[in-house]
Amino acid sequence: MSDDRRRLYWVRNLTYVGVLLAIWFTVSYGFGILLVEQLNSIRIGGFKLGFWFAQQGSIYVFVVLIFVYVWLMNRLDRRFGFDEPEDGP
Amino acid sequence: MNVQAWTFVMVAISFAIYIGVAIWSRARSTGEFYVAGARVSPVINGMATAADWMSAASFISMAGLIAFMGRDGSVYLMGWTGGYVLLALLLAPYLRKFGKYTVPDFVGDRYASTVARVVAVVCALFVSFTYVAGQMRGVGIVFSRFLGVGIESGVLIGMGIVFFYAVLGGMKGITYTQVAQYCVLIFAYLVPAIFISMLITGNPVPQLGFGDRLADGSGVFLLDRLDGLTQELGFGAYTDGTKRTMDVFAITAALMVGTAGLPHVIVRFYTVPKVRQARSSAGWALLFIAILYTTAPAVAAFARTNLIESVSGQPYADVPAWFTNWETTGLIAFDDLNGDGLIQYTGPLSETPNELTIDRDIMVLANPEIARLPAWVVGLVAAGGLAAALSTAAGLLLVISSSVAHDLLKKTIRPSITERGELIAARIAAGAAVVVAGYFGMNPPGFVAEVVALAFGLAAASFFPAIILGIFSKRTNAYGAVSGMLIGITFTAAYIIWFKMLHPELNNADNWWLGISPEGIGTVGMLVNVIVALTVSRLTPPPPDHIGEMVESIRVPRGAGPAHELSA
Repeated sequence: MSDDRRRLYWVRNLTYVGVLLAIWFTVSYGFGILLVEQLNSIRIGGFKLGFWFAQQGSIYVFVVLIFVYVWLMNRLDRRFGFDEPEDGP
Repeated sequence: MNVQAWTFVMVAISFAIYIGVAIWSRARSTGEFYVAGARVSPVINGMATAADWMSAASFISMAGLIAFMGRDGSVYLMGWTGGYVLLALLLAPYLRKFGKYTVPDFVGDRYASTVARVVAVVCALFVSFTYVAGQMRGVGIVFSRFLGVGIESGVLIGMGIVFFYAVLGGMKGITYTQVAQYCVLIFAYLVPAIFISMLITGNPVPQLGFGDRLADGSGVFLLDRLDGLTQELGFGAYTDGTKRTMDVFAITAALMVGTAGLPHVIVRFYTVPKVRQARSSAGWALLFIAILYTTAPAVAAFARTNLIESVSGQPYADVPAWFTNWETTGLIAFDDLNGDGLIQYTGPLSETPNELTIDRDIMVLANPEIARLPAWVVGLVAAGGLAAALSTAAGLLLVISSSVAHDLLKKTIRPSITERGELIAARIAAGAAVVVAGYFGMNPPGFVAEVVALAFGLAAASFFPAIILGIFSKRTNAYGAVSGMLIGITFTAAYIIWFKMLHPELNNADNWWLGISPEGIGTVGMLVNVIVALTVSRLTPPPPDHIGEMVESIRVPRGAGPAHELSA
């Protein structure tokens, strides 16, 4: 029973990590490196879009990804009762 | 007051703050010395991690590198921030749950192997010494340029300050001084950036000014003007890359994975009370880092535009004062090849020979002067550069001291040592490390720049796979981990030493394997490590049962969850 719950928790965790890392890969290696020339034909203000992702956008997305992960995992911990007690380790 | 007086005031005030904080927060136990008693709040830890991570290279060198590399400079921006996503999602929470003091601790315990622990200690020491020598050098450059003392005396003063709070306060003292240093360095980075953004584009937010129109009434976008100027001078457009896509990919990956594998960064996540805070402090750390890292490319574009417009084609006789000041340090040099008295600043695609050489490291320090900002801003930038160098040096010295006192002495050579004895050993090791770092700061080996690639490559090819597999693959055993680390390190080090030290004349894209430069080879080293570790582990007996239980336990924040019912 406990083992099943642990396994389910771990699978959920890996799913979250997998999806978030796919986004991480897309904005940096995808938009900032592999597709940079194609995206550069789109302009937003003074920025070519590929250049913007390489020097600005990817970094903003990274920050958001970590906070989304924190939120998802805290919720998962609570649902499975794996969260830590409030008063100290 | 002039620039030197202001610099003196700014540096003196910031140093007084660091010493005060160090006295207030001195360490009394090994737990406090190594991990600040694991009682640091996530926001504070995020700020300390940001200062720990952002070194003289980030503060002083990075914007300059980007200014001259244009879009190719993105490898540093994405590489040195994207690693935090890996750290937050794949390493920090599990290492916090494991809850010991050092990175070799995890490697040694997870694989129940002294050999694995010693390999990890050697890598940690190599990476940290490489890094710390560069920091001390940065301290020396700032002192010699702005305070008129020699590089040697500058390094000595820096050593004295770091010695004081690292040896006295350990991780606890370092954490709280790093918070102060983060505040100083980010303020010092943003103030001139905002000023310059206002001057050039009229937009007070550098991240937006970077993509805005010039304030000169022409209605032209800054980046379009910069592309035009760089093409005209034969450098190629600023927003175009010259590196091959494969190489950009490999370098970015090596820097990301190397960042996530750097021991002085990982160890910061042992200092928070719980797993939950380890996750969120990685987010705070990246947020605080991103403030500087999104400003840096804007500073780079402003600086390059300013530089070209203020020197290109100008008569040498009329150069501004900053130009002459930096000439005396030898970091700017003008050679009037055609004897016309004008500065021809041109790139490789131009037919006119280039007459101006500029060291990339001076761009951030010289930028406020190039933009004619008030003297106090220049002083502030000097204090910020010192804060960045000192905070990183202190974090690295702690890794060196804990590697020697904890991993080598306590865990390998003399397990019977008392806590008091271990604390004394840790302080002596930190003190000795300061002296060695200072020596390399004064007498930099010619290969400092080359070994930084090696430091990242080795972190990527050794720690990162060993830790990730230790958490995510229960089947990986000591044979796999040790052979993976050794082969990964050997491959990476051999490639870098071959091209950087033995055959620098062959170091170009035509000779590289798959077009991957030595800077990016850590990515391949990491993949080699993973493949070897997984294969060898499957050909040898599985790890003992208690290791499997340990891995199960680090995968959840709390042991078996009790009363709560599943709501999902």
